[in-house]
Amino acid sequence: MTRILGGLMSGLLFGIGLLAAGMADPNKVTAFLDIAGHWDPSLAFVIVGGVITTALGYRLVLKRGRPLFEPDFLFPTRTDIDGPLVIGAVLFGIGWGLGGYCPGPALVGLGQANVPPLLFVAAMLLGMMAARITKSAGGIK
Amino acid sequence: MSFAAESFTPVLSLFGGILIGAAAVMLMALNGRIAGISGIVSGLLPPQSDRTGLAWRLAFVVGLVSAPLLQMVIAGFERGHIHQVASLPILGVAGLLVGFGTVLGNGCTSGHGVCGIARASRRSFVAVLVFMASAMTTVFIVRHILAGGSQ
Repeated sequence: MTRILGGLMSGLLFGIGLLAAGMADPNKVTAFLDIAGHWDPSLAFVIVGGVITTALGYRLVLKRGRPLFEPDFLFPTRTDIDGPLVIGAVLFGIGWGLGGYCPGPALVGLGQANVPPLLFVAAMLLGMMAARITKSAGGIK
Repeated sequence: MSFAAESFTPVLSLFGGILIGAAAVMLMALNGRIAGISGIVSGLLPPQSDRTGLAWRLAFVVGLVSAPLLQMVIAGFERGHIHQVASLPILGVAGLLVGFGTVLGNGCTSGHGVCGIARASRRSFVAVLVFMASAMTTVFIVRHILAGGSQ
C-alpha cells in the first residue's frame, strides 16, 4: 500500500514538472530540437534542473541504508555499450522528433483527454510489447 | 537559424526540471526505484510483466495522467488545446518507434536523460547523445528538407 502511495505521489510530481517545464507541448519540444530553425533552447534548462536536482538528491537518499517502502535500492549495473542500446536510442529519437512526444509527456497528454496523445500512447504500448517480445526471443537484456 | 525569444521560458523550464528531479529523488527515497518512464510503463506489459511491481507502476502512471487534471482544478484552466506537430498517422508511427526504441535501448528522456546522467552512467551518456542527435536530425529532415525549408 505504501509503495502505491510512493508511486502515485512521484508520478504526480513528475507530471506537474513536465507541465511546468513545457515538455507536455510537442511544439515546444520540436522547437528545441529544431536548432537550424526558429530555435527555443528552453528545454536545455529542464535537463539542467532535472539532472542537478537528481544528482544532489540521490547522494542524500543513498546515505540512508534503504528506501522507506522497499528493502533495497535498485540501480542498473550494466556499463557495456551494445547494439540494442544504440539502435534503440536511434529509433526513439526518430519517433521523438516526428511526434514531439517522449513517453512521460505522452502520458500527461492522456490526462488532457485529446485524441492525438491517446493514439500515440496506444501505438507506444504496442511498440513496447513488440520490443519486449523481440528481446525475450533474442535473449537481449 | 533564429532565436525564439518570444517563447523562451528559462525560469519556468528550470523550475519544471527541478520538480522532475524532485520526483525522481522521491521515487528513489520511497520505493528505491529509478524514475524511468519507459521502464515503469513497459514493466506493466506482457510478456513477463513485473507482477510484484504492478501496483506501484500503475499508480505512478495514474499520477502522471492526473497532473493536468490537478492543474485544471487548482488553476481553473480551461482544457488547453495542444497544437500537434504531426498528423494522426505520423503520430501512430512515432508512438511505435518511441515504444520500441525506448524498450530496446532500456530508457528514454527520463531514465537515461535525467536519472542516468545524474548517476554518471556511461550507457546513459551514449543513449542521450544518440537520441538527441537522432531527434534533431529527424526534425531537420522533416522541416528543412522535406518541407523545403518553408517552416
